Amino acid sequence: MKYKYWRRSRVIPFTLLLSNLVYVSFGLDPAASAPLVADTAFTKSAFYDQNEQCFRCHGNSKYTYFNPVSEKDVSATMCENRVIHRNEFYTANHRSFACVDCHAAEYDTFPHPGQLRMEAPYNCIDCHGYDEQYAQYHFEEIEEEFQQSTHYTANGDAFTCWKCHNPHTYRINIRNSTSMQQSIAYDNQICLNCHSDFERFQLLSDREEINLIQKHEWLPNQGLHFSQVRCIECHARLNDSLMVAHRIMPKDKSVKRCVECHSQNSLLMSSLYKFQAKESRSDAGFLNSIILNDAFVIGANRNIILNRISLIVFFASLGLMLMHLLLRMIFKRND
Amino acid sequence: MTEKVYHYPLWIRLWHVFNALLCLVLIVTGISMQFSEPNRSLVPFDLAVSIHNSAAILLIINYLYFLIVNRLSGNRMHYKITEKGYVKMLITQFRYYTLGIFRGEKTPFPVSEVRKFNPLQQFAYIVILYWFFPLIIITGLGLFFPEMIITRIFGISGLFLTDLFHILSGFVVSMFMIVHIYFCTMGTRLTSLFKGMINGWVEIH
Ligand code: HEC
Ligand code: HEC
Ligand code: HEC
Ligand code: HEC
Ligand code: HEC
Ligand code: HEC
Ligand code: HEC
Ligand code: HEM
Repeated sequence: MKYKYWRRSRVIPFTLLLSNLVYVSFGLDPAASAPLVADTAFTKSAFYDQNEQCFRCHGNSKYTYFNPVSEKDVSATMCENRVIHRNEFYTANHRSFACVDCHAAEYDTFPHPGQLRMEAPYNCIDCHGYDEQYAQYHFEEIEEEFQQSTHYTANGDAFTCWKCHNPHTYRINIRNSTSMQQSIAYDNQICLNCHSDFERFQLLSDREEINLIQKHEWLPNQGLHFSQVRCIECHARLNDSLMVAHRIMPKDKSVKRCVECHSQNSLLMSSLYKFQAKESRSDAGFLNSIILNDAFVIGANRNIILNRISLIVFFASLGLMLMHLLLRMIFKRND
Repeated sequence: MTEKVYHYPLWIRLWHVFNALLCLVLIVTGISMQFSEPNRSLVPFDLAVSIHNSAAILLIINYLYFLIVNRLSGNRMHYKITEKGYVKMLITQFRYYTLGIFRGEKTPFPVSEVRKFNPLQQFAYIVILYWFFPLIIITGLGLFFPEMIITRIFGISGLFLTDLFHILSGFVVSMFMIVHIYFCTMGTRLTSLFKGMINGWVEIH
């Protein structure tokens, strides 16, 4: 009860404050699209100095505190997964936040009071749900999809959105993508955080380590595929209204048929190349969108013009040869 | 009895039959991949990929075998342009194919002990074997080891260019094959050259 009250009483004022802050400081129209990460990378957070109170310890691998018993400064190592890098934090989506917007203000004491650890963090939907400003992201539908994903059904509430969306570093990627390669790498790294790091994986499941390379042995040019498509292309169920599909399917429902991608009506058109492909789903559209993205997908890229030319050349030669043959036969008889 | 020359020793015939079969397999699987569709494909995609890759490796070996033995055996001389006025010869041969042959004229460059190919034939073989085969093999290897490809060439995806050249040269070789078979019916007799490719002996004019 107590915690619920705390949550609601803080969310409302601070979201209001923050949204105002955004409009004022960035001169943004509420309807305008999301600012590019690069544009704001160097803006200074309003909470920069306040956050330094936390970064003082959490920004480095070493921290120092005053021990009132021995009356000495003591240095200790900050365990790696509690280190937050300033540059990553200040380029993340929630860069305009103060640490204590999400974490209890009581964290300013050290050692941190033990009961703080028991508090449940906010969920994305608490702040973003049913908010017109974020309608384009469809948080509510993502939430629904996520709850049907294999991660949620197998691991329950322990698997939150934060497990993939690192609270301190996550930033939107593919939506504002300028480099497809980098966005693919970024998105795949999200999965690999657990799927190639057993230490994190085991926090959620008792399953044996899953060897990805071995599990995908059926896929030729594995390295190429993993750098040119995202894991979710094969593992998440397509959802037309979402930019990024969130329903990770059980393994036997993943895409294994090559022609799903390697064909003219490639699924990549409605997932990875969604935005580019939409503009021009005409004959030549897919080709162009792929050229822009540095990829060439056999079977999917078809140059309509080349195809037509080759057909013409083919039939013209065939016709010429037939005619030649015919003439040869005619003139032979006459001789 | 017509006179015959032993123009196609066993090694050429072996090379040639493997080459032709492998090319056929590569063309069929290549077309199948290029036009793959979920419900109607010539060969299932993954199967097509592995067949195409294996056949390509065999073809490369076969091609190297041809390059080496062709040089060692001296057959290479038929692939060298030695005559002066070659362009004129090409035109003469072309004129023969488009006009002379219907008028019952004699072929201008008859097969003999020393002449195996007419100029047009020779030129086509040189273009295919010494220009397009290297191109198709290099681009194919590039697609096989995509790490090796330069990622961007003048702002265009290197992989895309590689693939484009691969497909284009594949098309040229496929067209060559069809035209080649047809032109092989224009030896001394309709079947002379085919018989030659089977038993080695070819009738001369
Ligand atoms: C004097 C150094 C120091 C300062 C300043 C500091 N922390 Fe910490 N913090 C630590 C250490 C050490 C740990 C790990 C031990 C622990 O969990 O108490 C930690 C742990 C945490 C945890 C994880 C608790 C858990 O559940 O495991 C959070 C969250 C946290 N700090 C938030 C903050 C915030 C927010 C601030 C700023 C308001 C802050 N800290 C300031 C040293 C510091
Ligand atoms: C947008 C909300 C948000 C902001 C802003 C935020 N955090 Fe967090 N933080 C979280 C959440 C949620 C978790 C728990 C993550 C989880 O459950 O995986 C967390 C976890 C932590 C942890 C524990 C890490 C761990 O892996 O156990 C530390 C330490 C921490 N935060 C420090 C900070 C500091 C310092 C700042 C300010 C620079 C900050 N946080 C800003 C939401 C936030
Ligand atoms: C405590 C409230 C809160 C929580 C929890 C929260 N967010 Fe946010 N989020 C915000 C606010 C406020 C902004 C606007 C910040 C700004 O523009 O500087 C924002 C910005 C974003 C943006 C960028 C939107 C844009 O148009 O620039 C994305 C994406 C986002 N959040 C996703 C998430 C996800 C995913 C989660 C859960 C993993 C989450 N948020 C959790 C409050 C929250
Ligand atoms: C299994 C990992 C995973 C989980 C769990 C997850 N997400 Fe995501 N989410 C991703 C990935 C990967 C992206 C793509 C990031 C990018 O390129 O911007 C993404 C993107 C998003 C985006 C941005 C989409 C856009 O339109 O640009 C939002 C919003 C989002 N997630 C919300 C959520 C919410 C809410 C939850 C929990 C209900 C959640 N996510 C849980 C992996 C996950
Ligand atoms: C081309 C499609 C494709 C891509 C890309 C792909 N996967 Fe898979 N993955 C599959 C299929 C199909 C299976 C099921 C294999 C089987 O049943 O033998 C699978 C299996 C898995 C499994 C389950 C293994 C098990 O036995 O439980 C995990 C985990 C997994 N993939 C994670 C990933 C991650 C992480 C990535 C991105 C780095 C990824 N996959 C990329 C198609 C893909
Ligand atoms: C926070 C850690 C974590 C992240 C991040 C994560 N996974 Fe998982 N994933 C797991 C765990 C744990 C399991 C095992 C679930 C179980 O108990 O069956 C799992 C299972 C899977 C499976 C196998 C399901 C089955 O049927 O066996 C697939 C496929 C999968 N994940 C794909 C992904 C993809 C794709 C991403 C990125 C979008 C991703 N995972 C991100 C932890 C993670
Ligand atoms: C999720 C979509 C997807 C699926 C499923 C998929 N591929 Fe691919 N594949 C791609 C993409 C995208 C590329 C292009 C990579 C690039 O641009 O370099 C590619 C490239 C390739 C290449 C390399 C071509 C080259 O340029 O070197 C081969 C071979 C290949 N795929 C075979 C397969 C086979 C066989 C299967 C089925 C077992 C399969 N793929 C399934 C998306 C997919
Ligand atoms: C793309 C595949 C092919 C290539 C690259 C090719 C190439 C060649 C070459 C270079 C020669 C001359 C060999 C020499 O004596 O040095 C030749 C001869 C011949 N080929 Fe092919 N060939 C191909 C496919 C075929 C096919 C499918 C057939 C028939 C079914 C065929 C029938 C013949 C015949 C009859 C000859 C003898 C005539 C001549 O020497 O010009 N070839 N081929």
